[in-house]
Amino acid sequence: MSTLVPLPIVLPLLGAAVSILVGRFRPAQRLISLVTLTAVAVISVILVVEIESGAGIVVAQAGGWPAPIGISLVVDRLSAVMLVTSSLMLLAVAVYSIGHGGIERTQVGFHPVYLVLASGVAASLLTGDLFNLFVSFEMMLVASYVLITMGGQPERIRSGMTYVVISLVASTFFVVVLALLYASTGTINMADLAERIPQLPTGVQTMFALALLAVFGIKAGLFPLFSWLPDSYPAAAAPVTAIFAGLLTKVGVYAIIRTQILLFGADARPAMLLLVVAALTMAVGVFGAIAQNDVKRILSFHIVSQIGYMIFGLALFTVAGVAAAIFYTFNNIILKTTLLMTSGLMEYRGGSTRLVRLGGLVRTAPVLGLMFALPALSLAGLPPFGGFVAKFSIFDAGVGSGQWIVVAVAVVVSLMTMYSMNKIWAGVFWGEPEQPPEHEPRRSGAFGGPALMVCSTAALVVLGVAVMIWARPLYDFTERAATELLDRRNYIDAVLRGGR
Amino acid sequence: MSVLIALVAAVLVSTGTWLLLQRRLSRIIVGVGLLGHAANLLLVVSGGRRGRAPLVDLEGSGAYADPLPQALALTAIVITFGITVLLLGIGFRAWQVDQDDVVEDALEDRYLARRLEVDPDIADEEQAERAQAIEEGRA
Repeated sequence: MSTLVPLPIVLPLLGAAVSILVGRFRPAQRLISLVTLTAVAVISVILVVEIESGAGIVVAQAGGWPAPIGISLVVDRLSAVMLVTSSLMLLAVAVYSIGHGGIERTQVGFHPVYLVLASGVAASLLTGDLFNLFVSFEMMLVASYVLITMGGQPERIRSGMTYVVISLVASTFFVVVLALLYASTGTINMADLAERIPQLPTGVQTMFALALLAVFGIKAGLFPLFSWLPDSYPAAAAPVTAIFAGLLTKVGVYAIIRTQILLFGADARPAMLLLVVAALTMAVGVFGAIAQNDVKRILSFHIVSQIGYMIFGLALFTVAGVAAAIFYTFNNIILKTTLLMTSGLMEYRGGSTRLVRLGGLVRTAPVLGLMFALPALSLAGLPPFGGFVAKFSIFDAGVGSGQWIVVAVAVVVSLMTMYSMNKIWAGVFWGEPEQPPEHEPRRSGAFGGPALMVCSTAALVVLGVAVMIWARPLYDFTERAATELLDRRNYIDAVLRGGR
Repeated sequence: MSVLIALVAAVLVSTGTWLLLQRRLSRIIVGVGLLGHAANLLLVVSGGRRGRAPLVDLEGSGAYADPLPQALALTAIVITFGITVLLLGIGFRAWQVDQDDVVEDALEDRYLARRLEVDPDIADEEQAERAQAIEEGRA
């Protein structure tokens, strides 16, 4: 089984290389992207099935070197579920970008860079080595720097620059933390670190926990480190915004969950700080969203707000809390990607993403209305959607740990999420445009966009509904994932002692 | 860690941070480079005391320097190098676009700072010009 583990990293990289070679031949590039990403999705599903059928944590040691010396690639339930979700998103957005025809058609580099991004995301999720996590993040981020500025329009250059510089500061800080960690423990393998960090003084442990939280907090968009996010995401091309909104911040959340739980003991984890940060992230994000009058900007602020819920679940450090956080994370990846894809369709259909320049789309593009409404209601947490299950399990876990204040904040934030989704609905789908759109709206039947864009978005809407239908088995899965995570011996033994 | 290297890292970090906080893209890029050097220096130092042999000698005896941090530093240097090139590319594009490499605030932020309403009636470019005019005291 362990031979399959490196493939989600290696296949997209190979695909990227070949894609550059056939750069002048667009159909070949498309074929390579779709085949590679489909293969990665299939492999990740096989890995989940394998883990569920009793293989436990699957470990692959690069080059056959045993654990603390070589680089370990580890698949446990958390990374497996993240890998499946992200590979499905990458595939859907690849199809969407082909239908969208913007930078995918004009830029030779789109497909190779997109595949490098896919490889970086997979590597971040699979690696069991902290320095390798840095390298994987860099792979993912460098690809994202190129994607966000692709096309070179002044607005993209300006907002992309902010994004690049902020991410670079976080990466540099990550290297500093790695140097300090290596100097004090003499290892960078995460399982090995998990055994050696508890031998350090508690103060030093907490310092490392906080430093890693700051590093990944910038990437995940936590309060007060989120201000780059709503500024930079909306400026990128529609498919790029969709995949960034779905994946990049959540990979940061994954890194926070992984490092805080695996590396640090209960006495060194900054649980109280995480709770406060979670509440502030939720509240500030949603206030920002309410103040906006552009669909993409509203949704970008909601990315921040939703991150707060995930961190709230993690901060409880109970099985229920962490299970809810994992459920929330993968459900949110699907919802956010879908919503940003529909915002791209609105731009296509209405010629703008500003609320004042849009209106009446429910008559001209009713299918688009449905494709926006389902994930939007789910995001706001209305029963019976997947978002309701996710929010309810977070509230339940919070109440179970007696965190009433944060639960109250989370409930109020849900209501405000509902309000700003209504604002989008009223501005885009009802009424009449008050201003003329920036671009000429394009007409293409009742679907509201090219067939490929609509089909890929519809597929993700269906996936979101599937999460609702199979909420129980999925929640059980995340509960097993959380149990496995919190008992750190599983991971450490699997990596260091090969105990499958 | 020797005091000299600690001092060098401190100087690199402080100058890098100062440059990073500037408005000009060219200075920011140099700042990022300096910060990267400081981080790499720390990586090298994390390997232990200086003065050990760089390689295992033929008899296999005696202390030798830990090779891992050097490998890590090498990787980090390559990444920093690649990113600096990318940044220079973006900086060049920014200069191509408006003959200047000053990073401007987002339009919404500039309006917010002046407590102005964004006027939905006029186009973004006009609003940007208006904000520019107000900031330069022309209006």
